[in-house]
Amino acid sequence: MNSIILQVGTRYLAGILILFSLYMLLRGHNEPGGGFIGGLIGSTGFILYALACGTAQARAALHIMPQNIAVAGLGIALLAGIAAALFGDALFTGQWLFLNATEDSKGLPLSTVLIFDIGVYLVVFGAILSIVFAMEEEI
Amino acid sequence: MADPQHTQTSSQAGWIGLVPAVLSLALFAAFASQLPAIAAGDVQRLVWEWVPALGISLSFLLDGLSLTFALLISGIGGMVFLYANTYLAGHPQLTRFMLFLTGFMLAMLGLVLADNLIALFVFWELTTITSYLLIGFGHATENGRRSALQALFVTGAGALALLAGFILLGITAGTFEISALMAQGDTLRAHALYLPILILIIAGTFTKSAQFPFHFWLPNAMAAPTPVSAFLHSATMVKAGVYLMARLYPTLSGTDVWFWTLTIAGAFTALFASVLALRQTDLKQALAYTTLMALGTLTLFLGQSSSYAITGFVTFLVVHSLYKAALFLVVGCIDHATGSRDAETLGGLGRAMPVTAAAAALAALSMAGLPPFLGFIGKELLYAGILALDAKVLIFAAALIASNVLMFAVAGIVALRPFWGRAHGVPPRAPTEAPLFMLIGPVILGALGLMLGLFPAGLQTALVDPAVASLLGQDTKAKTLTLWHGVNLPLILSGATIAAGVMLYLTHRPARAALVWLDDRTPSFDAGWDRFLKGLKALAAWQTRYLQTGVLRNYIAATLATVLVAIAGTMFARNAWPQMPDISDASWPLIAICLFTCAGAVMTALTSSRIAAMAALGVVGIGVALVFIVFSAPDVAITQLLVETLVVVLVAVALLRLPLLDQNGRDTRPRDAALAIGLGATVTAVILAVLEAPLDRRLTSFFETASWPEAFGRNIVNVILVDFRALDTFGEIAVVVIAALSAYALLRATSPAPNTPPRDTPTRQIATPSRAERSNS
Repeated sequence: MNSIILQVGTRYLAGILILFSLYMLLRGHNEPGGGFIGGLIGSTGFILYALACGTAQARAALHIMPQNIAVAGLGIALLAGIAAALFGDALFTGQWLFLNATEDSKGLPLSTVLIFDIGVYLVVFGAILSIVFAMEEEI
Repeated sequence: MADPQHTQTSSQAGWIGLVPAVLSLALFAAFASQLPAIAAGDVQRLVWEWVPALGISLSFLLDGLSLTFALLISGIGGMVFLYANTYLAGHPQLTRFMLFLTGFMLAMLGLVLADNLIALFVFWELTTITSYLLIGFGHATENGRRSALQALFVTGAGALALLAGFILLGITAGTFEISALMAQGDTLRAHALYLPILILIIAGTFTKSAQFPFHFWLPNAMAAPTPVSAFLHSATMVKAGVYLMARLYPTLSGTDVWFWTLTIAGAFTALFASVLALRQTDLKQALAYTTLMALGTLTLFLGQSSSYAITGFVTFLVVHSLYKAALFLVVGCIDHATGSRDAETLGGLGRAMPVTAAAAALAALSMAGLPPFLGFIGKELLYAGILALDAKVLIFAAALIASNVLMFAVAGIVALRPFWGRAHGVPPRAPTEAPLFMLIGPVILGALGLMLGLFPAGLQTALVDPAVASLLGQDTKAKTLTLWHGVNLPLILSGATIAAGVMLYLTHRPARAALVWLDDRTPSFDAGWDRFLKGLKALAAWQTRYLQTGVLRNYIAATLATVLVAIAGTMFARNAWPQMPDISDASWPLIAICLFTCAGAVMTALTSSRIAAMAALGVVGIGVALVFIVFSAPDVAITQLLVETLVVVLVAVALLRLPLLDQNGRDTRPRDAALAIGLGATVTAVILAVLEAPLDRRLTSFFETASWPEAFGRNIVNVILVDFRALDTFGEIAVVVIAALSAYALLRATSPAPNTPPRDTPTRQIATPSRAERSNS
């Protein structure tokens, strides 16, 4: 699509969408959001970019082939699941670490659950982009 | 038909074939060590649970019958491996060949040792597959491929019937263990399902053992290299069907159906095949038809119930395996040395190949049934067994004697003429004696026929008695194997057979000419097979044209119609229609959302513009998302909205290439509308019916209470996704990845313009040279 308004607008919009998707990913455990929704929003950003400036540019901006992102996400999710076994629990049991925890605050919660969610994010993000990019290129 | 071997390096045998040879000889030794125990009447079982819920176990049974087969398979197998190692030496795919052949041998051993019907079936199919690979070993030739496929189809189709028969048998008897089935023979024979079971099992065994009218695949299977023919198509695989009939003999035999089916099919196959054997000029084909004759004879005798007949069955089984494997190997030696297998031209090879000639003579004398060979004892027992029949069915005795006369003549043609007869042509290569490793097998097998004939007592106690006991039970004694029974009817018949056989051998050339004339004028089963396949293909093409229209909306309509009929039919049959729910307390936003959604759906169906249809479909999606919001499921609503957005993008991309709506003539929308309304109403009814059942809130309350204290998350949906049900989620994202990769591959594979420059991965193109430079510096 050759529209200068869309192209200029997309540059900012895509960035904001990516940022927003990360926000949705991180807040997902307590508020609406999570890896699935985050991945969908993030891919929307790149799809918009591809519509405005062409798939080649979108691919260049992404640097990595989307299929690789999806497969890497699957691997990360698997590792997060296996990590539980290292701590002696059943597979895919969440492992938690609360940094700077005090009596009334839990501090900064870090967990394998978050890593698993990041894996989900990457899978959704990569899978959608590989289909959409391929469709736009082939059709 | 010539085997694709005989490279000039064939004198150097590798070591690869020695591994399976040692393996099978070790197995032979292991089985032989069980001989005393089995001869003492012991029966050994070995059980591993496999699928206990279905009564399927990996159980093995070693008794007289299975031990006889196991010894034949491993013993002949060892010699065939040794032989093949030299015969195919220098062949580029020797390792593959040895692997297939070893796999076959192990499958065959599993088959004869299995004590569970399902385990037996698995091994049965393993022999089918390995035999397919072995027959098709020369897959570069059209004939090799066709023969392999034919064998696979015929035996595979029979095996399906066999599986059905096994399942029926197992369900009827309440057990899949063969050793338990043996005790239930009387109840099973009286059972209403006896006939279907018998027919299905017989269909499997007759195809495997190439009984008429399924005989035609076996001669074609001679496309395989000679060691395969010697192993599979004489001694072992084709006998699997015979083995199974013998294994189930205590369970199924003794009825009129059993007697007439096996006797008629066996007698006809034996006579028919031995006549055709005389017609062949290719030595290997002649042997193939005599194998058919032997299989027919074995089937014929399994139909009987006298002790003479069963003793004859076991003895002839051993006799035939020994001489037939030896003769196949001898023919392989001739082929290897001269490059020809033509009975018309070969002659006078005895001077150049004395050892081969001696081995051939030993085997052929056993085959012809001359004293003092084991073949003579076998034939005497067969004659005694057939004479035990009622006088009214002496026609079977006549068929047996006639086929034995023909066998006598064929034995002379295969093993006497090529070595001592006059040559009628010059073979492609000057004959030389076969290498040592190719002679071990035929010589030992041939000599065994003589040794066991001279001293039959050992064979009697070690194998024949226990094997007969496996079939007839411990109470019935086997008849004695001996060369001299005194002057009786079988001996007179033997003398007559020999005299007639000599006559036939001397006049076989004109007889063959007459047979060729006759054979050319009768319909051929092989050609019939081709016509059958052609018809099958035409049928498939016709129904594919009819069902696979290639129009997406037809596929969707068929799928939805099936769902509609299945669900609505079930609800109708069970009278499970739901009550109309009480909707008086529905709030006005909900009603508005519903109307909004319905309007979108109606608009989608009615519009004639794709863009409008897409937008209207979006309305439906957003309506559904609103419903989620009203019932406070924000995560689901967000996902729904995002997916709607993405679908719009994808469809918009695809739209550019789609034709206008309804350009291909017939308007199918009335049909589609009816289908849609029907399906929608049915699904609504299903949901209402589901809602009528009280909702089980145990899971919901568990997640509500456990989410924060145990998983430290307040968003229950997400906690379920990534923590409580993380394994499920992992499976789902794996599916997402696979779907994405498949879609990508499909889109790339159907790329219409291969000449356009690749537009993707510019980063990769830059990265590659720089990486190369780095590694150079």
